[in-house]
Amino acid sequence: MINMFEVKETNEMIEKENLDVRTITLGISLLDCIDSDVDRLCDNIFKKILRVAKDLVKTGEEISHDYGIPIVNKRISVTPIALIGASACKTVDDYVKIAITLDKAAKEVGVNLLGGYSALVSKGMTPSDELLIRSIPKALNSTERVCSSVNVGSTKTGIDMDAVRLMGSIIKETAEVTKDNDFPGCAKLVVFCNAPDDNPFMAGAFHGVTESDLIINVGVSGPGVVKKALEKVRGESFEVLCETIKKTAFKVTRVGQLVAREASRRLNVPFGIVDLSLAPTPAVGDSVADILCEIGLEYAGAPGTTAALALLNDQVKKGGVMASSYVGGLSGAFIPVSEDQGMINAVNANALTLEKLEAMTCVCSVGLDMIAIPGDTKDTTIAGIIADEMAIGMVNQKTTAVRLMPAIGKKVGDIIKMGGLFGDAPVMPVNPYSCDAFISRKGRIPAPIHSFKN
Amino acid sequence: MNKTIITVVGKDTVGIIAKTCTYLADNNINILDISQTIVNDYFNMMMIVDMSKASKKFGVISDELEELGKSIGVIIKCQQEEIFDSMHRI
Repeated sequence: MINMFEVKETNEMIEKENLDVRTITLGISLLDCIDSDVDRLCDNIFKKILRVAKDLVKTGEEISHDYGIPIVNKRISVTPIALIGASACKTVDDYVKIAITLDKAAKEVGVNLLGGYSALVSKGMTPSDELLIRSIPKALNSTERVCSSVNVGSTKTGIDMDAVRLMGSIIKETAEVTKDNDFPGCAKLVVFCNAPDDNPFMAGAFHGVTESDLIINVGVSGPGVVKKALEKVRGESFEVLCETIKKTAFKVTRVGQLVAREASRRLNVPFGIVDLSLAPTPAVGDSVADILCEIGLEYAGAPGTTAALALLNDQVKKGGVMASSYVGGLSGAFIPVSEDQGMINAVNANALTLEKLEAMTCVCSVGLDMIAIPGDTKDTTIAGIIADEMAIGMVNQKTTAVRLMPAIGKKVGDIIKMGGLFGDAPVMPVNPYSCDAFISRKGRIPAPIHSFKN
Repeated sequence: MNKTIITVVGKDTVGIIAKTCTYLADNNINILDISQTIVNDYFNMMMIVDMSKASKKFGVISDELEELGKSIGVIIKCQQEEIFDSMHRI
């Protein structure tokens, strides 16, 4: 039978160390909504989301209440809209109409974000893909809860540099059109390489075409729990350090697995995956950077950071894999800058640069995430940063992503204030040298060779 | 069997157990196990109870116990057992 120490340990994780389930994300296929008339299509989408997701938020809250574990977000991911709108959308405004419909549906069912305003263009863009991409600035400016992502490369196909170049401009344009909003549109726009079909985390979530009609994916979190556990093993060997992370990740993931199973049962929707991610929030004690410091660095970004992060990421996976029957999504440590107070401190102390963050993304989940850059950064430079990050993903057969926020009218050292889960982003310097000639080349970078690995 | 873990934490005072147990008895909830300690004047109790014959729904009992806790000056938390089982048992 459960004893008092175990109960106390779990409850301290929840109450003092910010253990929570970060998100229950309901994946919804919209393939059966397709119509050649955009108004009928929107109507079908709205009705389907309302029908299948009406109990999502309520069920999430009930599970949270029953087990005493916070479930921070209830969200929805849908089939990439570039596929759904292909036959109906003839103009940018047609796509924006779908975005507005998605936003309305998200508000109606009470989810805080809905992902899937996406295009998958890792080898090339169809006219529909390109139209959707060009509609992103207006779509994100016309909606509150819709998240957008574009997959521009993969290990199997290489990198579509035409899409990379276009995304450089689209990110800049999105920043410009949403500059007066409380919230920068770019925080809801991700560029991917090797995007997973079952990612529950925003802004990059979409419901892949390989998925079933409906699916429940759960994202766990718990940087604070890992940090606290590591406080008890200061000065110990790497073996002890790694075992501690692994055991903690196991416990955290088991909670995610329980919540996923329950949500699946109560909503009568199949369980997809648990995403084993250490996802930080700006709250004190909920930081991945603080774990790196606890491992032995003065600041995230100091020499040794990449090694410490590689170790952390690997142990989180090793511990988590056994705790869940199905693991997927992004699974690893997230290193967003604005959403992690320890990262912000490191940037302010000049310990962490864009280049070091890029190195860190080689060994951990995702990529250059929630980074504010000067508003006058050239489109081609943004595309160059995207291309670098995509190359890392392509060559290393992993997911990488870029979520940059050009801060219009701001310069290095200024801050974009977003608040909430998104935090505040200090504007970071970007390498000033040009990559115009590289980015202006047309076509794609071929897929890498998978032998002769070095 | 519908096992629930009730934890009571707070400054020690007279009647914490009595009031909690009275509430449970009134609602037909059977206590299976109790462990309790006092550390630095702080009252710590964990109960394992069976709610399968309870006269109210879990959500209602959980809220009422929380309210009862507030009136005594302690924190009473009610959680279904699975979360602890999941975390601590393979």
